[in-house]
This record gives sequence, structure tokens and C-alpha cells, in this order.
Amino acid sequence: MGTLQFDIAHLLAGSLVLVSLMLLYQDRMYGLINVFALHAFLLALSVAWQAFTQDAPHLYATAAIALVFKAVIIPGALRRIIQRLNIHRTLETVVGIGPTMLVGMGLCALAMIVMLPVTAQAGALAREDLAFALSVFLLGLLMMVTRRNAVGQVIGFMSLENGLVLAATGARGMPLVVEISVAFSILIAFIVIGIFLFRIRERFDTVDIQALDQFRGELR
Amino acid sequence: MSAGLFNAVSAILIIPALAAGVLALLPGYKVTARLNVVAAFLSFLSALSLFFARPAGGMFLAVDDLNVVFIVLTTFVGFTTSAFSASYIAHELEIGRLTPTYLRFYHAMYQVLMLAMNLALVANNIGLMWVAIEFATLTTVLMVGIYRTHEALEAAWKYFILGSVGIAMALFGTIIVYLAARPVIGEGLAAMAWDVLVARGVGFDPALLNLAFVFLLLGYGTKVGLAPLHAWLPDAHAEGPTPISAVLSGLLLNVALYAVLRFKILLAANAQALAPGPLMLTMGLTSVIFAAFMLYRRRDIKRMFAYSSIEHMGIITFAFGMGGPLANFAGLLHMTMHSLTKSAIFFAVGHVAQVKGTQRIADIRGLTETHPVLGWGLVLGVLAIAGLPPLGIFTSEFLVVSSTFARGYFLAIPLVFGLLLAFGALLLRLHGIAFGEPLGSTAPVQASYVPMFAHLALVLCAGIYLPLPLVTWFQHVAGLLG
Repeated sequence: MGTLQFDIAHLLAGSLVLVSLMLLYQDRMYGLINVFALHAFLLALSVAWQAFTQDAPHLYATAAIALVFKAVIIPGALRRIIQRLNIHRTLETVVGIGPTMLVGMGLCALAMIVMLPVTAQAGALAREDLAFALSVFLLGLLMMVTRRNAVGQVIGFMSLENGLVLAATGARGMPLVVEISVAFSILIAFIVIGIFLFRIRERFDTVDIQALDQFRGELR
Repeated sequence: MSAGLFNAVSAILIIPALAAGVLALLPGYKVTARLNVVAAFLSFLSALSLFFARPAGGMFLAVDDLNVVFIVLTTFVGFTTSAFSASYIAHELEIGRLTPTYLRFYHAMYQVLMLAMNLALVANNIGLMWVAIEFATLTTVLMVGIYRTHEALEAAWKYFILGSVGIAMALFGTIIVYLAARPVIGEGLAAMAWDVLVARGVGFDPALLNLAFVFLLLGYGTKVGLAPLHAWLPDAHAEGPTPISAVLSGLLLNVALYAVLRFKILLAANAQALAPGPLMLTMGLTSVIFAAFMLYRRRDIKRMFAYSSIEHMGIITFAFGMGGPLANFAGLLHMTMHSLTKSAIFFAVGHVAQVKGTQRIADIRGLTETHPVLGWGLVLGVLAIAGLPPLGIFTSEFLVVSSTFARGYFLAIPLVFGLLLAFGALLLRLHGIAFGEPLGSTAPVQASYVPMFAHLALVLCAGIYLPLPLVTWFQHVAGLLG
């Protein structure tokens, strides 16, 4: 493997981690969505680059899904939802931005510590790719935990899922990657766009999870 | 594949798929409810035929001695639940909780769920199995939210978030397993096929396998409902339609556990990898004790039995974590008994909640007086799930406890403590529900009791006499589990 190929793959995966960290401190709805679109766009580039270097044409399908579905359709749909529901206000987070960022950096370090020694046998690319993927995964998880808002949680989930796609495409020759990314997209499309936010709006006129928490079954 | 496209394995996938398509299009609940039952019955027959003639496995689908047990159980409970669902749904339509459009959606989703669970069980490919479990999650999320009340939406949202994170972790584990297998087996489909993985697992990098198993246990463990990860389970059981609670408790939790067991076998094949047993023991025991305490504080009847499911999945995970022929045998038996009993209880609870118009335990009293058949059915079911002899769960719990005592009494003591605690809670609540001054509606209930009593009869039979072929079969499977 040429060092240029390696460097570009490294650069793209690394920027994905960086954008994941950027997602953590967005405090406006539109800002959050735009940064997520960037996240998905970088993922598409990274997957396309893997498809090129591994000479695996089917991965271009995964890249196309990431580009069209996650970078264009989903952000567009989320923007429309926000406009309709009139909820483009500041986002609330459970913990402050500062501590969240510190925890996020800690999680990145954790991913490196866990992954690098374990994958000593695997190639350098697979190893570092996996470490980056785990960072993106953990940062997505952190974002889901710190956001109270349904849109924020869904974006956290999607960024977490981008990390998984990064890991799957980095695993050279892994079968069913396209099928898995399609299955994930169906999950997201079905629930996020189609049904949930609209149902929630019908009942609550808000997409704030805190409002949902008032209706815990045990309080009846 | 020896018999081409049409054999029993493809039948248990094609029948639900076709039925889902047809049910989505057909109006009218009487026809569709019956069609749902017929489709589930045909799937069950195809699954039964797997005992006698088994098509050769391929790269994607394969049936072996382990999954055939799960397949037959799944299709059987799927069939009886569809029969219960037919009478349950009629009432829901009457009171307007479901509209005809939603009913079509409900029936189609029921069959898609069956398809997804069957696919997860027959998949010979770890990626395919993951996709199937993901689809099972998706369909159940939609069904839990089908009533569109505040509580149902909250339950569905919680289930969606936690379930998705769970399957995301499981996918990460799956990718790492592939990475571990690739240097040994080479690129391509073979490196994700169960039979190849287990046969050549000796050479895998143990460090990668360990990491993978942690993710897989946490991921699929969320779907099993093990203690720290169980938060979605009670809400999803309580707020969805009761047939779905029965299928969730009786089947979907088993399917997720099946996935964990498969990976446990893979880890056991590699001597240098960490022993998966202690991790499963810990999570199982935590679930038992935690759920036993939580049982005391429930005010909602379906929620209470959901916590009881957590307890029993804990017992089963504990048994499989213990390992060895006897504990595995007990685990398999307990899993079967729990599926049958818990779905029978939900059949009863579904009708109780319908006739009383509430799920609050405090508002349901004297059931054996107002509705004797239903009431005594529920009493029998709860006695079974609490573990009283001579019912089947007593046998399996006894086996779990005695095999634990043989291996380490320090583990057996907390287990027995949890079991007794849960026993007390269930009997306490049962007394209030079944006996005493009748409270609430005394209107006659239009229910089909056949599914409930069929399950309970099977549980009773198993408690008194286990047929020898079944015992040898389970012993054989227990040996496979290592």
C-alpha cells in the first residue's frame, strides 16, 4: 500500500472524528444539522476512497447511500420538520459544553488505548481505522446521552452509525456491507422521518424528550 | 441446497413474507385475523418438518441441532399468539383503540416480525443474523407505538433509542469478529459463516475475540433485557398490544439470547480467549436480583410480568453462563418453559385488562369470582412462573439451582435469594388480583382460552413427565453448547 493512499484514508477518518467532536458543541438546531451533513459527506468520501483503494466497486453503493441519503435527504427532512414545528431555538444539553468536550476527548483516548494494542496483528490501516471508528461511535453515544432533544438524539445515533459504516468499510473484503448500510438507512428513515416526529408532534407539540418523560406509566 | 428453492427452511421465511404482503392489502379484520393464524400455523408445520428432514445448509442459511429447537419454539408460540391475537384484536376494534387501517398494518408487521425472527435463527451468517435482528427491532418498535397514546409513544421512543444503540454495539462486535476471522479464513463470505467460524476458531486472535464478545454481549444483551440494559423492556411490554408483549417476552428475548449463545460457542472454541461464562453469570445474577426487588413496586400488571421476564432471562443467562451439560440442559428447558408460561400469562392478562378496562393492579380484584376460567388460568400461570411444583418451571429452576450448588455454593445462595424474593412478590400480587372482594366490571369476556390452556397443559406435562426423546435431544444440544 502506497503511503499516499494510507495518508488520505487516515486524513478522512481523522476528520470524521474531528467533526464528531464539533457535533458535541453545536447549540443551534440548524448548526447541528449542517455539521451532521458535513459528517455524512466526509463519510461518503472516506468510503469512496476505501472502495477505490480496495478495488471493491460495491462499496461505491455504500458511499452513494451516505452521500444522497444521509448528507442530503435526512438533513433536508430534519430542516423541514424544524420549520414546521417551529422549534429552531437553542438546544439544551444535560451537561455543559465544557465537561462534554472533556469527556469526548477522554473517549477518543480510550478508543485508542483499547484498539491499538488489541489489533496489533491487523494491518496498520485496519488498526487505525478501527480506532477512529470506535472514537466516532463513542462520541455518538455521548451525544445521545447529553442531548435532551429528540432531533439531537437522532443525529447522535446517525453519527454513531457513521462510525460503524467506517469500521465495516475499513475491514477489507467484508461481505454484506452494502446490505447492512441499507438496513440501517431503513431503520432511520422509517422511524425518524416518517412516523415518530410527526406522531410526537400530534400529541405534544414539542420534540423535547423531557416532555415525554412526564408520561411515565408508573405515575398513573 | 439439495431440494432447490422450496424446502422447509425457505418455507419458514417465504410463508411469513407472502402473508405480510397479503395482509397489508386485505381489508376486513375477520379474514385477515384468520389468515394470520393460518400463515403462522403453516410456518409451524414447516418448522416441525425440520426435525425429520433437514435441507443441507448453505453460506447464508443453515439448520443445525441448536437452532432447530429455537425455530420450533418460535413458530409454535407465534402460531398460538396469532390465535390469541384474533380474539384480542376484535375487542380492540370494538372499543376503537385500533382503526381498520392500523389493523392491516398490525397484521402485516406481525408476519414481518415472524419473518425476521425466523431469519435470525436460520442465518448461517453473522451479518445476516444482525440484519434480521435489526428488522425485528424495527417492527416491534412500530408495534409498541401503535396505540399512539402518550405512554405508548414514550415506550416506543425509549425502545427505539436503547434498542438501536444495542444493535449498533452488536454490529461493532460483528465487524471485529470478521476482522479476527479474516487472517485465518480469508476475505469473503466464509469468514462470516457460523459453521466455518466455529470450525476454525482456534486460530483467531484471542484479543480481538475478547473485545468483540464484550460488544456483542452488551449489544445483544440489551435486546435480551439483562439488568443494567433492561430499561426499555417494561415500558415496551406494558404499552404495546398484549399479543406483542407475549411475542416479545416469549420469543424475541430468546432470539437475542440465541445470538449471544452462538458467540459464546465461538469463544469457547478458542482456548486463549477469555471465558465468556463469568460475564454472563454476573449479568444473569444481577438481572435476577434486581428484577426480584423491582417486582414488589409494580402497580401495572403488564409491567409486573415484564419484570418477571427480566428475572427469568437472567436465570437462563445464568444457567448458560455456568455451562456444562447439566446447566445448559436446565437453561434450555427453562427457556422453553418460560416462553410457554409467560406467553400464556400475557394471553390471560390481555383479556383481563380488556374486560376490566385497566392495567392497574389495585383496580383488579377477585378475578376468580367474576371470571372463573380466566382467573384460574391466570392463577395457574402465575404459580407456574413463580416456580411451584409440579409445573415445568419448577423442574428447570430446580435443575439450575442444583447444578449451581454442585459447582459453587457462593453463587447459588444469591440466586436462590433472588428466586424466593420474586416468588414472594408474585404470590403477593396474585392474591390481590385473583381473590377477595370483586372490583371492576363483571361483564362476560369473549376470549379464546385454547391458546392459554394449551401452553399451560404443555408446561404441566413437562413438569410431571419429560418424554425421553426430548430429554436426549436437549442433552445433545446442551453438549453442543459446551
